[in-house]
Amino acid sequence: MSRISKTIAAAKQAGRKVLVPYLVAGDPDRDTTVALMHQLVSNGADIIELGVPFSDPSSDGPVIQLGAERALRQGVGMKTVLSIVSEFRQRDDKTPIVLMGYLNPLEIMGYENFVSQASSAGVDGVLVVDLPVSEAKELLALTQPAQMDIIFLVAPTTTEKRLQGICEHSSGYLYYVSLKGVTGAAITDADSIAERVKALRERTELPVVVGFGIKDEASATSMAAISDGVIVGSALVQKIGELTDSGARDKAAVAQACELIGRLRKALDA
Amino acid sequence: MSVSESEHVATTATAQDPFSGPDLTGHFGRFGGIFVGETLMAAVEELDRVYRQLSGDPQFWRDFDYDMAHYVGRPSPLYHAERLSEHAGGAKIILKREDLNHTGAHKINNTIGQALLAKYMGKPRIIAETGAGQHGVASATVAARLGLECHVYMGAEDVKRQAANVYRMKLLGANVVSVTSGSRTLKDAMNEALRDWATNVDNTYYIIGTVAGPHPYPMLVRDFQAIIGREAREQSLAEYGKLPDALVACVGGGSNAIGLFHPFLRDKDVAIYGVEAGGDGVETGRHAAPLSAGKPGVLHGNRTYIMSDDNGQILETHSVSAGLDYPGVGPEHAWLKDAGRANYVSVTDTEALDAFRLLTRKEGIIPALESAHAIAYAIKLAATMSPDQTVLVNLSGRGDKDIHTVAGIDGITV
Repeated sequence: MSRISKTIAAAKQAGRKVLVPYLVAGDPDRDTTVALMHQLVSNGADIIELGVPFSDPSSDGPVIQLGAERALRQGVGMKTVLSIVSEFRQRDDKTPIVLMGYLNPLEIMGYENFVSQASSAGVDGVLVVDLPVSEAKELLALTQPAQMDIIFLVAPTTTEKRLQGICEHSSGYLYYVSLKGVTGAAITDADSIAERVKALRERTELPVVVGFGIKDEASATSMAAISDGVIVGSALVQKIGELTDSGARDKAAVAQACELIGRLRKALDA
Repeated sequence: MSVSESEHVATTATAQDPFSGPDLTGHFGRFGGIFVGETLMAAVEELDRVYRQLSGDPQFWRDFDYDMAHYVGRPSPLYHAERLSEHAGGAKIILKREDLNHTGAHKINNTIGQALLAKYMGKPRIIAETGAGQHGVASATVAARLGLECHVYMGAEDVKRQAANVYRMKLLGANVVSVTSGSRTLKDAMNEALRDWATNVDNTYYIIGTVAGPHPYPMLVRDFQAIIGREAREQSLAEYGKLPDALVACVGGGSNAIGLFHPFLRDKDVAIYGVEAGGDGVETGRHAAPLSAGKPGVLHGNRTYIMSDDNGQILETHSVSAGLDYPGVGPEHAWLKDAGRANYVSVTDTEALDAFRLLTRKEGIIPALESAHAIAYAIKLAATMSPDQTVLVNLSGRGDKDIHTVAGIDGITV
C-alpha cells in the first residue's frame, strides 16, 4: 500500500476528511517552500501537492500562473523541485507528496530519469495535467513498478467511457475537478457536483478528492461533505504571493501564509 | 476549377501508404496525439467524431468548395515571377497566390472549413488565437458572416505590432483580448484560448489557426488547407506540363506549408522545403526554428519539435514576423522531417526583409513577412537549379499588415 493510500485509509478510519494544499515549488524561493511545507503539515495538511513550475500552464488561472512565474524567475527546474522534496523528507517521512505539473518537463528529462529520481527523492505520486490516460501507457509502465501513484483528473465533462479508463489506471486517489474552467475559478453549482461525485464514488473504490475553486471554510466543508477530502490551491498560492510582495520570508510570515490551512482543518474537523 | 469530392478524404495511415496519417489515435509516427487537460478531452473527442463523419459526407465538401469559389475567390492563380527568376538566375520561380484570397492570406481556407464544423455542432461562440492577426481576421470574418460571437486572443506584443489587423477584427465585430501573461506572443495567446475553451466548453468552438494543437486539429486544418496543394498540382500540370521540381513554403505552425506539401507527398521527384524563421540567426539562439534547432517535446496538445530549455520550459522565440514567432510546429512536419520526406531550413530576419523588398520592386507584389521567408529561400534554391526547372513558392499572404513594421525598421513612421 502506498503512502498516499495509507494516509487516506487512516483518515477514513478516523472519520476525518483529507486536506490537500497545493503550492508551487520554488515560490517564492526554494528554502521558503520547504518551510511552508512543514508549516502546512503542522496546520493539518494530510497530503501535499507540489506544483512543478511550467512556462505555459494552460489549465491554470492567473494566481497559479503568477506563482509559477515567481518560481521560474528563481530558475527553478525539476532538479530544484526534487531537492525540495528530499530536504522535506529529512524531517517528515510520513506526509505523502504528489508532484503536479505539465508533461514537457518530464518529456525533456526523460520518463525513466524522472521516475527514478523522483522516487528516490521521496515523491509518492504524480499528476500530469496534460497527460490523459490514452497517452500515459509509457509513464504508467515505469511508475507502477516504482510504486508511484499516478493521479488522474476527472472533470464535469468526463464521459462514461473515459471514466472507465481513468478508474482503471489511477491509483492513490481521483482528483475531481469541481468546475469547467481553470484553477482558481469560483464554484457556482455545488448540487450538481454532489451528484457527480456521488455517482463517481459508487463506481470506484478509489478515494475521491475535490479540487478547483475551494478557498474558504464554506466551500471546503460543502465539498468535503460529499467526498474524501479537498484540495486547496489558488487561495494558498495567493497568500504565498503576498509574502513576495511584502518581502517577508521569516517564520512568522510563513505561519501567516499557512493560516488558511489551519482554519480549514478546524472547519473540516468540526 | 472545382476539386471533385472524391479527392477530399479523411485518411488513416497504413503501412502501404505512410503519407496518409494520422493514425486513428491522432499520431504521425511518434508525433501528434492528444495532450490536453481532462476538461477538454470530451470536446476534442467529439470534434474528432464529428469531423470524421462530416468529412465523409459529399455535401460538406460541396458547401466548402462553394465558399472557396464564391467567398474566398479560389482558385488562386499560379504566377510566373519572371523578373524575380531572372534575378535569382536559375530555375523558374512560380508563386501560388494565396495573397489574393479574401482577407489576404491562406488562413481563410481553414476558418471557412472550421466555421462549417461550428455551425454543424451548433456552437454559437467562437474563439481563436492569433499571432500576426491574419488568422484572427479570418476567424472574425467567418464569425461575422455566420452571426457568431467571436473572441480573439492575441499577445500584447503582437497587438502592438499588428495594430491594423486588431482594428480590422474590431470592425468585424470581434472582441480582441490582449494577452499579457508569459512572453505576450502567440504561444501565450494559445494558452489563454485554451483556458477560455475549458471555461466555456459547452457553447464554444475553438478555431485553431494552424496544424498544431491536439488531434484532430492538425488533421482537419491540413485537410482544409490542402486545397492549396491540390490546385497547385493541377495548375502546374496544366500550365507547365509537369509537376514542380521543388516546393517552398514558410513554416511557423506550418498550415500554409502542409497545405501545399500534402498533395505532393507521394510525388517522390518533387523536393520539399519548409522555411523556418531564423530571426537573428539560428546560431544566436534568437530565432523561431524548432525543426532546425529544437527537440521533441509536448506543447499545446501535441508532441512535436519545440524550443525548450533543459528544464522543459518553453523558450521565448524571436522573429521579425509575428506569424512565425512560435516555439512549436505542427506534428506532421515533425514527422516529415524525421521521415526525410521534407527538408527544413531557415532564413534570417535580414534575408526575409531583403526578399520582402525584392519581390515588391521586381514584381509589384508586397508579400507578408512570413511569406518573404519562403521567397528568400526560393531565390537561393532557384540559383542552384537550371532554367528548365521550376520552384513553386507558396505566397501565403500579402504584406499590407507589415508596412508599419518594415517602415519602422527603415526609421520611418507611417
